[in-house]
Amino acid sequence: MTNKRPLILCVGNRLRRDDGFGPVVADELRSLEISDMDIEESWGEGTKLMQAWEGRSHVIIVDAAHSGTAEPGVFHYFNATETEIPRDFFRYTTHRFGVAEAVELARNLKALPPQVEIYAVEGEDFGNGEGLTLRVEQAVEGILKRLLPNYKPD
Amino acid sequence: MSKKRIIKVDALARVEGEGALYLRVKDNKIKDLKFRIYEPPRFFEALLQGRIYSDAPDITARICGICPMAYIMGASHAMEDSLGVQVTGALRDLRRLAYCGEWIESHVLHVFLLHAPDFLGYQDSIQLSKDHPEVVKKALNLKKIGNKIIEVIGGRAIHPVNLAVGGFHGAPKKKEVKGLAEGLKWGIETSRELALLVGSFTFPDYTYDYTSVSMRHADEYAITEGNIISSRGLDIPISEFENHFDEEHVAHSNALHGVMGDGSKPYLTGPIARYNNNFNQLSPLAKETAKAAGLEKTVNNPFKSIVVRMVETLYAFEEALRLVEAYETLEAAHIEITPKAGRGTGCTEAPRGICYHRYELDEEGRIETARIMPPTSQNQKQIERDLWGVVEGHLHLPDEDLKWVCEQAIRNYDPCISCATHFLKLTVDRD
Repeated sequence: MTNKRPLILCVGNRLRRDDGFGPVVADELRSLEISDMDIEESWGEGTKLMQAWEGRSHVIIVDAAHSGTAEPGVFHYFNATETEIPRDFFRYTTHRFGVAEAVELARNLKALPPQVEIYAVEGEDFGNGEGLTLRVEQAVEGILKRLLPNYKPD
Repeated sequence: MSKKRIIKVDALARVEGEGALYLRVKDNKIKDLKFRIYEPPRFFEALLQGRIYSDAPDITARICGICPMAYIMGASHAMEDSLGVQVTGALRDLRRLAYCGEWIESHVLHVFLLHAPDFLGYQDSIQLSKDHPEVVKKALNLKKIGNKIIEVIGGRAIHPVNLAVGGFHGAPKKKEVKGLAEGLKWGIETSRELALLVGSFTFPDYTYDYTSVSMRHADEYAITEGNIISSRGLDIPISEFENHFDEEHVAHSNALHGVMGDGSKPYLTGPIARYNNNFNQLSPLAKETAKAAGLEKTVNNPFKSIVVRMVETLYAFEEALRLVEAYETLEAAHIEITPKAGRGTGCTEAPRGICYHRYELDEEGRIETARIMPPTSQNQKQIERDLWGVVEGHLHLPDEDLKWVCEQAIRNYDPCISCATHFLKLTVDRD
């Protein structure tokens, strides 16, 4: 049976600076106690992502990217249902089987949910350590506005 | 005129963590070969100092998201050894069941999503899934069952939280454990089918006379308990491990290299070592499947590790089913422990090989010293030795093909670099 509640999958590693963008967004979403969508945090291992979206109709993935073609804090948006996701774009997880691989593998196996969107913020620093860089931290509010049309900052 | 070749792989894909390979060849002879782990060291042993004994399983589990059970269990066994506690009976069986879950999920992930593309000429598992979707679907389902075992017993699949020194924080529900049985029956049948499939691959021509080091248990194919043995006659209790094995620092790697204690000889740990040392203790079906998949009783071609992993996966499914069918609700989830000063050692068979722990505790049960030797560290020297031999046998290949076979050789070990830093750019430099 299909679960029609949107699932927001927040991907990243809090201990690799801007790769923590997804988890920080998850914290903010949880604090807002939103009732009409599910929020899950993931360290980005591809097979676990595929399990997380099994049976879902609408999945929104929030992650950090290192395209090298945009300024830090800028959003990249993909409609994964219609577009192939570029490799070497996201901040990779261990075993190099992450978001792009999971989406493309699921597409080949006809296991991709009907609607998959990806918001990825361009990161600046993916080194060891906690805390987002300034422009990436400022992008947190931007993503909340995109995900929640009625969002009003404090 | 001399001919120079340099082959570099700057960031090895389809391995866990960050590593590189540099190869320099002059006049068709290897001049330099370095397997380099550049992922930063993580200093877990220092982090443990001053913590209470019961923290060690949960802290060390963070060393690895793929094989946390190896760290949880190794640390728990070492603490129990130090504190004079023995976990036996149903508690021990439940630990073995959880470990079977880890072998299944880790082996299947490596075989089909990371290593099989090398043998079939695909860049990655996504290309593989285009031509062989049913194989990949089956593999993902096998992995899911492995994860489910860990979830049921450990509370969650990644970094499980229900295991502790002395047993478990809470007893898993009988209905949930019994609910695993149907999936395990399907897993036995499917893992045999996929073992025969990988047995039909073409394997690069390379063999090595390995010193196979593994655990051995009197009554079962060792996973969680046993002595440390080698294929050259060593048979010692875990407490003597450091008298026979050591680690050395090399300038080109952030991970220590494991060596036999008598000098610089490498040794092999992991699926092939286990299989070579303990073949007779596999189940009849696993032995018959190994034979049908083309394996002899001793494996000397490291590229056949992919087949051994699937034989072990089949065995793990059989063991898991046996343990699930025998499970009754635990009367007590753990043994009560009184802290005291002491020294303890523990070792288990992680999917990649033996994972050794040693701790010293003060009278309050706080950790004074810790030493952990993960399997990838122990295998590093042997990986370099294999690469040397594989390159010598394949120097006639163009650089891109040589690079391919080198990466394939490294993946034979399913190296877990994050664990070892305490993995691959390949550079080939041909003079």
